[in-house]
Amino acid sequence: MQWLNVIIQGVLVGGLYAMFAAGLALIFGVMRLVNIAHGDLIVLAAYLALVATDALGINPLTAILIVAPVMGAIGYGLQRGLLNRTLGDDVLPPLLVTFGLSIIIQNALLELFTADSRRLAAGAIEVESFPLVEGVSIGVLPLLQFVAAVAVIGALQVLFYRTALGRAFRATSDDPAVAQLMGLDNRHVFALAMALSLAVVAVAGVLLAIRTNFDPAIGPARLIFGFEAVIIGGLGSLWGTFAGGIILGVAQAIGAHINPGWQVLAGHLAFLIILALRPEGLFPKVQG
Amino acid sequence: MSVAAGAGLRAPFEVEHASRSSRIGSVALAIAFVALVAAPSFAGRDDLRLLSEIFSYIVLASLWNLLAGYAGLVSVGQQAYVGIGGYVLFAATILAGIHPLAAVPLAGIAGALLALPVAGLMFRLRGHYFAIGTWVVAEVFRLLASQLSALGGGSGISLPAGTVIAMAATRQWREFLIYWLSLALLLAVLGAIVLLLRSRYGLALTAIRDNEIAARSHGIDVWRVKLAIYVAAALGTSMMGALIFLQKLRISPDTAFSVNDWTAFVIFITVIGGIGRIEGPIIGTLVFFILRKTLADLGSLYLLMLGAVAIAVMLFAPKGIWGFVAGRFGWHLLPLERRLRLPADTSTK
Repeated sequence: MQWLNVIIQGVLVGGLYAMFAAGLALIFGVMRLVNIAHGDLIVLAAYLALVATDALGINPLTAILIVAPVMGAIGYGLQRGLLNRTLGDDVLPPLLVTFGLSIIIQNALLELFTADSRRLAAGAIEVESFPLVEGVSIGVLPLLQFVAAVAVIGALQVLFYRTALGRAFRATSDDPAVAQLMGLDNRHVFALAMALSLAVVAVAGVLLAIRTNFDPAIGPARLIFGFEAVIIGGLGSLWGTFAGGIILGVAQAIGAHINPGWQVLAGHLAFLIILALRPEGLFPKVQG
Repeated sequence: MSVAAGAGLRAPFEVEHASRSSRIGSVALAIAFVALVAAPSFAGRDDLRLLSEIFSYIVLASLWNLLAGYAGLVSVGQQAYVGIGGYVLFAATILAGIHPLAAVPLAGIAGALLALPVAGLMFRLRGHYFAIGTWVVAEVFRLLASQLSALGGGSGISLPAGTVIAMAATRQWREFLIYWLSLALLLAVLGAIVLLLRSRYGLALTAIRDNEIAARSHGIDVWRVKLAIYVAAALGTSMMGALIFLQKLRISPDTAFSVNDWTAFVIFITVIGGIGRIEGPIIGTLVFFILRKTLADLGSLYLLMLGAVAIAVMLFAPKGIWGFVAGRFGWHLLPLERRLRLPADTSTK
């Protein structure tokens, strides 16, 4: 029963990691950009939610409705104003520019909010839980996060394969030059992808901030969790990314159960083992 | 400074490395080196410490430049080797009783050996993902180091007084010794890079930097060249890490594997100075230390500005300060160019 509990908690946390990963996978899929500032943008979303809840007195879950569009707008502006200039054959410019961005966001948050760790208060829902079987109970909040992750991944899947915007994303991903010939404005398509990525980041950031304490320095670790989930799942498949997040969550939960100091280490080791045994990930995309 | 390379060909030619600016540059560097060797006789303690720190950043940045600027291996995880170097030094001296000066090369060897399996795993990740992968590896080493209870676990450990005294009897001579060691390592790393770039492997590296596919089609074993560079960079970075923490006399997982101190600064230095050029890290380090001296009071705002400057340089002058100078005036501090000179050609530029 104890182990069942550990695994269930791991799966539920894994949903959050899957959301970190979905934003990364989305922009890598569309424009081959790896955003090193991804984790810091998650933390930025958490601070925006903090400001929104403080200023308006609303519940953090309601604040998602404000933070998600704001982060989307930031994403659009960032891509149009800065990141589009870095795209090309060379991997160095996007890496260095997003790395610089990561340092800028971290230190700006440090300057504005100090290094104190903060938390979003969501009221009674934080501690509510219901028993599943004897000895195993599920928290309402972790379950809500997991459901949100499934909903986000499902929505992205529908958007990618059922809508005109998704078709534009896939076309630009397959061949940006031809997509442009067909009348797509790549700069606009890339900016929309980044906006979508940061809207997902906003949901993940707010849910993270209700669940745990956060401070300006925790971004890079979130980037790494998202990255590990993407590689474990295999590039190019959203449900694979989702599975990757869950495997990472379970590995961390098992590690933490054996020794609290091994939680993060166990996740890293799971990632390295999968990289050694199946470098293409567990569920790589088979067909276009 | 010229090598007869085309003796077997019908039209014999010579490859010339030196130019007037590189002769001036080499002489200036030699004079600077002599002055730096003699520095303990006239410079104060604080100045020597600052100089050691400058040397260590030139070394780290030059090695990162070799990885990212030449071999196309953009690593965000070189702090792994700084930390490994430091921890091997502390483990060798505290647990095995090895003399600290003998532990420095040992740290380098340990870093190079660990780099082999790390490269085996990381080279499976392409370009962007390689960067974050190396970061994960550095985090793994940091977390493992914090589990080492014999070396103080998460809170770290100081070098025992006996080990410190074994280095040299007085504090002054210890500081001189570490200063000269840092300078020697700087000279060794820069010298090795110059020799490497002038060898045929240097040509291979330059070819990979400019176009990896074309390099491969000319018969260069890109994977092996990259592996050799990755391991060599790990060797140098680990030795530098050992020296850095020999000077600090104290190590902890968070300082040893700090991404800000050993990678973020190093990347900014290289980008601002000029990536893909040997002079870049030297110029970048000097700019970095001048900025730090003038803006240190600003605290986190200083880091924010450094990030912004690096982004601006990447966008508007991607070859950095030295790239601009070299492109504008054709200056080179070191004889690394290759210019073909035919016997009939009398023009010496």
